[in-house]
Order: sequence, then structure tokens, then C-alpha cells
Amino acid sequence: MIKRSAFKSSYLPYILILPQVIITLTFFYWPAFQGLIQSFQLSDPFGQRSTFVWFYNYLEIFRDPLYLKSVVTTFVFSLAVASVSISLGLFIATMANRALKATALVRTLLIWPYAVAPAISGILWLFLLHPSYGIVALGINKWLGLAWNPVLNGTDAMVMITMASAWKQISYNFVFFMAGLQAIPKSLIEAAAIDGASPFKRFWAITFPLLSPTFFFLSVMNIIYSFFETFGVIHTVTQGGPGGSTNILVYKVYQDGFVGLNLGSSSAQSVVLMTLIIVITVLQFKFVEKKVQYTG
Amino acid sequence: MVEKTPILDTFTYVFLMVGILIVGFPIIYSLIAATLPLEDVSKVPIPLIPGDQFLANMTEAWTRGNLGTQILNSFIMATGITVGKITISIFGAFSIVYFDYRLRVVAFASVFCTLMLPVEVRIMPTYEVAANVLSPVQALWDTLHLNGLVSWFTGHEFEMSLNWSLLDSYTGLIMPLVASATCTFLFRQFFLTVPEELCEAAKMDGASPMTFFRKILFPLSKTNIAALIVIEFVYGYNQYLWPLLVTTDPHMTTAVIGLQDLIPQADDLPEWNVALSGALLVMLPPVLVVLSMQRWFVKGLIEKEK
Repeated sequence: MIKRSAFKSSYLPYILILPQVIITLTFFYWPAFQGLIQSFQLSDPFGQRSTFVWFYNYLEIFRDPLYLKSVVTTFVFSLAVASVSISLGLFIATMANRALKATALVRTLLIWPYAVAPAISGILWLFLLHPSYGIVALGINKWLGLAWNPVLNGTDAMVMITMASAWKQISYNFVFFMAGLQAIPKSLIEAAAIDGASPFKRFWAITFPLLSPTFFFLSVMNIIYSFFETFGVIHTVTQGGPGGSTNILVYKVYQDGFVGLNLGSSSAQSVVLMTLIIVITVLQFKFVEKKVQYTG
Repeated sequence: MVEKTPILDTFTYVFLMVGILIVGFPIIYSLIAATLPLEDVSKVPIPLIPGDQFLANMTEAWTRGNLGTQILNSFIMATGITVGKITISIFGAFSIVYFDYRLRVVAFASVFCTLMLPVEVRIMPTYEVAANVLSPVQALWDTLHLNGLVSWFTGHEFEMSLNWSLLDSYTGLIMPLVASATCTFLFRQFFLTVPEELCEAAKMDGASPMTFFRKILFPLSKTNIAALIVIEFVYGYNQYLWPLLVTTDPHMTTAVIGLQDLIPQADDLPEWNVALSGALLVMLPPVLVVLSMQRWFVKGLIEKEK
């Protein structure tokens, strides 16, 4: 799309977009291209020589049970984070939307966790869920009678990083649901009330379907968040352990590339990750455009 | 609401309060822990009455974690990313929306391909570029065999090798994170909603493109810029993976990463009071920015994703 009344100039538009193009070429296209090439190569440990090996690296990672485990871990983790944070965000937003008098205050009280870095959120939850010092861990031990130890038990560790990652996303989801709720015409709700629909019925029959665009959008955003930005949580809290049970894909790329110095494999993993994100994004655009057309 | 439902309303407020408490609990609890002396913070559960060691713990975290330097580094990085991204994006979007030129579609497509792909998916090769930012130029030079050409031309042996490392520098921390199209996309969407008549009138009055930009488009974009300042500042300040790779010098470490050193490990004294004091100090700048610019922030967040 372009303005009908566009300016004409032979050099100005090029100068204006030049900085963006240079930065994108240097720090996006060139590295992406290099990564693609490296994913088809095997290099010796000293990085001196590399041989072209076609799809060897790709075949290797898909044969590697550790990689496949990491794929499963990533999906479990991102689905857990998305469902916890979206449902809590939606619940609080619905309540806040009913409490019309206090909306501004509620928003202020709920919005700030968005500004907390994932790694710091990790530290806070590490303290709450620490097997020897955490108060929530104590509660789980005492009241639920479960032996809680995220240092040794993979499932416990997964719960811990899910809590730390979902916590700060609640406010993000809250902001979007709040905006979505306020965009729903009052007349619809009132008409349903006159027809005798109860508040719960109204929520499921009117509000929830009208929120579906927000819902789909947030699902994608939360999944992408848990794919990448949660790196900080994992690096501070579990370092992928115990026994690789919280080793999500982006953490594995980092470990294999920078700690294990396996260039080819790390690049192939990056390319797979990139493809995955492109697929999710394209699906989102297609799905959202077709299915969801209500905009308040 | 529509009808009177006193019971449901009571529940609404109760649930809302519980919700706010759950969201706020990690912070309240950490704030209490940050005021306690070591012997109290190692009790399980900790006493819920704040102690008097708040300042002592904060000072300890500040000096032990070298937080002064690190928060300054984070601040410079966040500001650099914010200013860099907004500046190149607003001009880029201006070029794409208001000019008609041959390579417009190519420029547009190449910039927007980067929209959903964060730096995390290409860390390894981006690190190599940061280690020698001139390597793309060098590669081009070598592919074209320009060394031989220059040697032949000048009659001397010629060997060009370019090397400019961005590791452990602010430029290295900032630049790769500026390479993203999110802001350009927002400005583009906004410029498309600006009425055509404004531009037509400006042209009729003989304004040059840059005058139109300075006098009309930029003032109209101020709210959007304010919103992006909040979002990009928080984004930049909270970066983790990239600063972790690109800085090895402790004087260049950013605050969010430096905090790692304060967390008590298995064999250390369980000084959670100091670790949590540090965490609270480090999270303060972005939290203050979000709270003080809340209105623009919410607007920007929602506009950004449309």
C-alpha cells in the first residue's frame, strides 16, 4: 500500500531507507545466510576446515533422542505457559471489566509484571519454590503431601519454569483481554440480558466468541514468547536440567553452539527453529484472517 | 453491569482481589525477604513482619553485584536500542509509504521478512558477524577476487583484510537488536491512516518531502513514539541471550545477567535477602517507566499488534 499522493524524488527514498536496509542486511540476512550454509557443513573442533555434507546435520539432529526430547519439552512447556497465562489473564480481565469503578486502579496493580525481565521473574520464583527455603514449596510439601524437589525431579523443574514464565505474561494477556472486552458493544450484552441470559451464559455465548481474535493472537504471541524469551528463566533457574528435562530448543541451540562448539548441528537446529516460527506465523495470519472477522 | 447481581458482584471483587494478590505475591514476599537479616531469611517460612536490614541488604547487593556499572550498561543498551530502532524505523516507514520508487516493494518485503524472527534464532552466525562486523564486506571482496584485481592494477602485492570487532562494546550490544521491523511496521500502519489531504495540501503549498515530514508527520506521530519508547526500553533493558554472548568483560555485563552471581548456590550461605534486594533494584527502572507512562504503553502495546 502506498499513498495516492506520493512524493517523487530520485534519491531521497533510498537515503531514508538505507540505514534500515544496511542494518537488516548485516545483522539479519547475512547471519541467516551464513547459518544456512553452516547447517550443511561439518567443521573440525578448531574451526579451521569445513566439509560440505548435504543434509547430514539435519538427519543427525532428528536421529538424536536428546533433540527429539527437547522438541517435546518445548511444546509441552509453551502450551503450559500459554494456557496458564492466558486463562488467568482472561479471568482477571473479565472480573476487572465487571468492576467498572476500579478499572484504572486494577490496571495499575496488574500491569507492572510486564516490565520484569524473565530472568528476574525466574529468581523470584526460584526463591518461592526453592526445595529448602521456598514458602510455596513448603506449602506443596505440607498440604498436598508431595515431595517437591525441582533440583532432582524433572516434572517439578518444569512446573517451576512454567510458573516463572507464565507469571509475567499474565499482565500482557490481561491488557489485551481488557482492550478486547471494552471494545464489545454494550448493546449486545444488554439485549441478551433482556432476553433473560444469565451473566455466565452471556460470557460463553457473546463475550467469549467476540474475544476469539484476541484469543488466537495471544496464543501465538505466548507460544513465541515461551520459545525464545524464556531463555533467561531457564538459564537462571535450571540450566536445562535436571537431566535435560527443561532443555527447550533455544537453550539447546545455545548449549550445542556456544558450550559444545558443534557449529553444524547448532546451525541446523537454528534453521529448524526458524522454519517452525515462520510456519506458526503464516498459519496465524491465514487462520485469523479466515476465521475471525469480528472487530468491535 | 446490566442488572443488579449483588452476590456475583461480591464474588467479582473477591476474585479480583485474590487475582491481584497472586500476581503481586512474588514481589511482596521478596520485598519482605529483602528487609530481613540472614538468620531470619534462612528460616522456613520466613517471618512475615519486615525486618530492619533493608538498606544494609540493598547496599550489600549494590556493591557485591557491581550493580552501579551494570545498571548503567543496561540503561545505555536500552536507550541505544530505543533511539536506534525508532529513528531508522520512522524514516524507513516514511520512505515506504510516501514515495513511489522502483525498489519500493523489494525494500518493503526485505524489511518485513524479519518481523517475527528474533535474534535468538540466529545467535551463532550473528555472533560471528559481531566478532567482525566487516566480514560481509570481506566476503564480497574475496568472492569477486578483488585482491588479484587491485594487485594487477597497482602492480603491488595487495591483501585486504578488514577487521572490526563489536564484542564487549555498546555498539555490539545494541546494533543486532536494532535489526527488527516491529517499529517500522507500526509506523507504516499509522502513516497509512494519516489523511491523504494533509499530504496533498502540503504539496500544493510547495512543501518539500522533508518539510512535510518535519512539520506534519512527525508531530502527528508523537503519541506513537511515546508508546514505542516504553515498549522498546523495556525490551532492551530485559534482553538476556544476546548480552550474555557478546559481553565477556565484567565491566560490560548488563544488570539482568549480572544478577546471576548473587543467587546463592548449594554450598554458599543462603543469602537470599541480598539476592532478592539486587533483583528488586535491577527491575526498578523498567517498572517505573511502565507505571509512569502507563497510558501510552497500553495504547502502544495494542496498536503494535494490530
